[in-house]
Amino acid sequence: MIVGQQQKMQDEIRELIGQHGRTRAALLPVLQELQRRHASISDFAMQVVADELGIHPAEVYGVVTFYAFLHHVPMGRFQIRLCQTISCDLAGKARVARQLENELGIAFGETTPDGRFSLEWASCLGMCDQGPALLVNDHVYTRVTPDQVHQIIEDCRKVFGAHAAQPTHA
Amino acid sequence: MSPELRSGDGASRAPVSQSGTQLPVTGDVSGLIGGEITVNIDGNDVKVPMGTTILEAAKKIGVRIPTLCHHPDLCVAGVCRMCVVEVEGQRALQAACAYPVTGSLKVRTHTRKVRQARRHILDLLLSTHYGECYSCKRNNNCELQALAKEYGVDFYRFGHVTESQHPKDESSYSVIRDMDKCILCRRCVRTCIDMQEVGVLEAVGRSNKTRISTYLDKALADVVCINCGQCINRCPTGALHANDTSDEVWAAIDDPKKHVVIQTAPSPRAGIGECFGLEPGTAMTYQLNTALKTMGFDKVFDTNFTADLTILEEGTELLVRLHKALVKKEPVALPQFTSCSPGWVKYLEHFHPEYIPNLSSAKSPQQMFGAVIKTYYAQQNHIDPKDIVTVALMPCSAKKFECNRPEMADSGFKDVDFGLTTREMAQMVKEAGIHLPDMPKSDFDDPFGTATGSGVIFGATGGVMEAALRTVIELVCGIKVEKLFDHANIVPVRGFEGVRYVELPITQVAAEVPAILKALIPSFDFLKGATLKVAVAHGTANARRVVDDIKAGGKFSECHFIEFMGCPGGCLGGGGQPIPTSPEIRAARARAIYAEDAECVVRKSHENPAVLKLYGEFLTDGPCGHKSHELLHTHYTPRGKHID
Amino acid sequence: MQPINSKKTPLTFDSIEPGAGLAVAMKKSRADIIGEVAASNLRGRGGAGFPTGTKWNLAAAARVKDGEFKYVVCNADEGEPGTFKDRVLLLDYADLVFEGMTIAARAIGAARGILYLRGEYVYMRAHLDAVLDRRRKAGQLGRGVLGVAGFDFDIEIRMGAGAYVCGEETALIESLEGHRGEPRNRPPFPVDTGFLKQPTVVNNVETLASVTAIMARGAAWFKGIGSERSAGFKLFSVSGDCDQPGVYEFPLGITVKELLAKVGGSNAKAVQVGGASGICLPVADFGRRIAFEDVATGGSIIVFGPGRDMLHVAKNFMEFFVEESCGQCTPCRVGNVKLLEGIEKLEQGTCTNAYLKDLLSLCETMQLASKCGLGQSSPNAFVSIVNNFQDEILGRTPVLIRGER
Repeated sequence: MIVGQQQKMQDEIRELIGQHGRTRAALLPVLQELQRRHASISDFAMQVVADELGIHPAEVYGVVTFYAFLHHVPMGRFQIRLCQTISCDLAGKARVARQLENELGIAFGETTPDGRFSLEWASCLGMCDQGPALLVNDHVYTRVTPDQVHQIIEDCRKVFGAHAAQPTHA
Repeated sequence: MSPELRSGDGASRAPVSQSGTQLPVTGDVSGLIGGEITVNIDGNDVKVPMGTTILEAAKKIGVRIPTLCHHPDLCVAGVCRMCVVEVEGQRALQAACAYPVTGSLKVRTHTRKVRQARRHILDLLLSTHYGECYSCKRNNNCELQALAKEYGVDFYRFGHVTESQHPKDESSYSVIRDMDKCILCRRCVRTCIDMQEVGVLEAVGRSNKTRISTYLDKALADVVCINCGQCINRCPTGALHANDTSDEVWAAIDDPKKHVVIQTAPSPRAGIGECFGLEPGTAMTYQLNTALKTMGFDKVFDTNFTADLTILEEGTELLVRLHKALVKKEPVALPQFTSCSPGWVKYLEHFHPEYIPNLSSAKSPQQMFGAVIKTYYAQQNHIDPKDIVTVALMPCSAKKFECNRPEMADSGFKDVDFGLTTREMAQMVKEAGIHLPDMPKSDFDDPFGTATGSGVIFGATGGVMEAALRTVIELVCGIKVEKLFDHANIVPVRGFEGVRYVELPITQVAAEVPAILKALIPSFDFLKGATLKVAVAHGTANARRVVDDIKAGGKFSECHFIEFMGCPGGCLGGGGQPIPTSPEIRAARARAIYAEDAECVVRKSHENPAVLKLYGEFLTDGPCGHKSHELLHTHYTPRGKHID
Repeated sequence: MQPINSKKTPLTFDSIEPGAGLAVAMKKSRADIIGEVAASNLRGRGGAGFPTGTKWNLAAAARVKDGEFKYVVCNADEGEPGTFKDRVLLLDYADLVFEGMTIAARAIGAARGILYLRGEYVYMRAHLDAVLDRRRKAGQLGRGVLGVAGFDFDIEIRMGAGAYVCGEETALIESLEGHRGEPRNRPPFPVDTGFLKQPTVVNNVETLASVTAIMARGAAWFKGIGSERSAGFKLFSVSGDCDQPGVYEFPLGITVKELLAKVGGSNAKAVQVGGASGICLPVADFGRRIAFEDVATGGSIIVFGPGRDMLHVAKNFMEFFVEESCGQCTPCRVGNVKLLEGIEKLEQGTCTNAYLKDLLSLCETMQLASKCGLGQSSPNAFVSIVNNFQDEILGRTPVLIRGER
């Protein structure tokens, strides 16, 4: 990361900590916001957060690797999380999964080379009466059928073309 | 890192219930604090103070409850579940190490459920534990192995890994991590984060992918590890061990062209007996001399010699700094910090590099020894220094890093070739077929066999300070230190309190400055009526507290001299010392060290005749003179804590 | 595409006017509020069923130093597979939930409230923030709630980040404090030493909404519903092989059979009660009652139709626990992996009866020796499926498995 970007990230983190408080209890909200804005929490960012909160970088790393929604490697602009738990399984998640892999050309746990999509499994999304369910970023899709998969991805692509900025992988 | 940001009382990451060694008591027991309560364990009553754990209560009546994640130096974790017991009225088993007694309890420690659970826990740990006992550094000193035997494990009930799952991290000169053997007890994490506040090791990942790792899983050499090795001392298995160079040392011994010289430090001598089944605190100094000669070392010297040399250099440096500050009014970094603990030095380089000017430039005794051996000793004995191999027996894993610092080659060669830990030396002694306690006693070799009690006490926290004070007070005041302190025992700086602060008023000063210092300080008059303020801190968490206080302009910023040791207890609790460790074991080692001091005829560094001879013959421009600066002083590297 | 309405029966909560419960509570003394809750026999709706009144009493009795606060935490980390009633409550009855938190705060003397919302429910955030804003403007939150001097209470929302274990109350607190969501040793309990070491009440979403209802309608009314040891009505999250999956309200004490009839699942072969950490009931057990004294649950009902492979079901549950264990304690971290491997052996048809017995005894150890409720309950599904469907799972050939998939 070049110096200018580092400075920007540092300012951004200080601002976030200003909002959430300079206490360890602010760690998750700060990390969540960084994750939301940058699609991952960079090496540099984790160290700045640690410094600002007076904890060790290894502790921040321990926290980031604990939670499924926090990532220290760059994720796609769209994170698709398909529920893998029992009710969605009974409702046919396996075929939806297969179609997602087909459409995106990646396996679960991977990100498309263009950095647009990451495909992940999720544990129960709480949509058990309307499975199979998946989350695309903050958006929930229910009763997904394999033939809808293409459209869901196309919708994302449109959003991408229209107003989504390049993810700033810091 | 300001302390107020730490949750709770300095314990950083540990969850509330896991922080601090004191277990929180539940409910309103204010009226009962200090009160006692009766617990019934396996049918026997025992009275214990409120808040005592079941584990401690059981110990009182001789009931041994097995543990893995519990350690007397660390806060409670309750994660291995080996210590589970049945508590009447509770459906689930309870972890004895984590369960505070706050009401009368009935506990059973070996019911069917308990035995089954413990056996299963061992089965589960063994199912993921890769590696054979024969090829393990901790063979015969492994808590997992011992429990497997105790619980009659005779097959792998839930399978066994047959391939390595984790590459070994051998990047560090000091500490090797073999995560195939890790049982995730997290003692190292609690040591590194809570006890030392270095924060290199942490639990990373989740579920069965949980591992103990570093920031971004980097190699230990690439993160802010200070090499203190305290994690090794507390690891129950062979997952952490020191970077062993004993094979290279044997190779040097075997090479007839090499003149192999070993220096032994006081702490290993006080500790090595533990590796031979002796009670902690049984010094083996003179038996070890014989053993080392028998093994083939050409010369056996006493590190205390250069400890005395360190005192003269460091003490002079202090007086020079004070003179500069008070008389010449020159800007000078005070308080002066000791520099003989390489763990502490690297800690400062990483975490408080702006205080590097405060570090004494005097090398540690180990490094001074190497420099003197490959120069003065080589000349005196007409040995080509390139044929000399210097070995240091140290209680320390960080000494291995220290001797490999590139700047430590002022003799023109690597000053100290190998640093060996107490554990590695015990191994070598055994390999030579020697039962150490049976060895006859013998003295150190000359010319560096003469040491003083001041050198000996370097091993205990406060020892360097006491040694320095014995010399500085006597030189400055011009009276025998024994007149001020009974038997020259400067008791106020002793003990195991994390941080100690002492003020010593200087009521009189010597009329004459000793000849050896005259060139640097013409008169001590400037110290008359002054109060010398000193402090002692051991363990880097305590060190941090002192440095933070200095930063904040607190009372420690007014100190003149502060002794810092990276390890709890000082060198006697070093990362190279025998395993296990505990406050009691360290106290026993300290007793052995102070006993050796008391037996010494000469107890003050500046009275060491061999040291005086060295100044007379070799370092002729005296302490902190040109020659000694060249050989005996060093510089440091601001490392910072950013990890690339 | 936001979730469609899931309610399949009218809910009692529809009849509770927002504000009514809080108004009643504000007229009572703290002791009387707790007394009323205790008299209702309300037990925690998250699944463990700890009496709410008792919990509040302990927290009320705990002391705090000057300048420190007690906390009320609403556990909205609904992550139990097959559970989604809190989603409905938070979307449609958020006022009742926040009101319950306010009543709890009044009762125990708390000044701060936190709603810990699971990361998966991030799409509700804006709605919930709006409700909180409205309540602040209406004087139902903030300094001097409802004009009562000295009663200052506000609620903030904190998001989870994808960790089922954070539904365990001490792990939730760890997470709030910025740590890995690893459960603590207990004792001490959160009511004594909770968030930031302060006394903290952690209650489930439905528990808090029920408190509001109890305040509005009285303990006697609530106690009159349900069975003797399981008072009140309960929301059920029904999913799987039935005609009408969704959220239902039934009185506690209903039999599985009755429930199945109402949701259109009468031809079920098995029912998982309590989600992944619950137990799997075969037809023979359909007469059992859903209540704390028989089959306890946080309300998750998953119906398995006649064609379902129960080993596949067990595998899905074990995969869940292997993923979601916090990894801290040995029995749960390694034990769940061993159970999953055992299922794979069963799938392959290579599991001996002796090894299956070893695994079942391992399950007992996990239930007894794990550090928290996750590990203690993770083997439940495995045990009940192995015990109830042994015919189905032993002696398989791998080919059959592929056919089933």
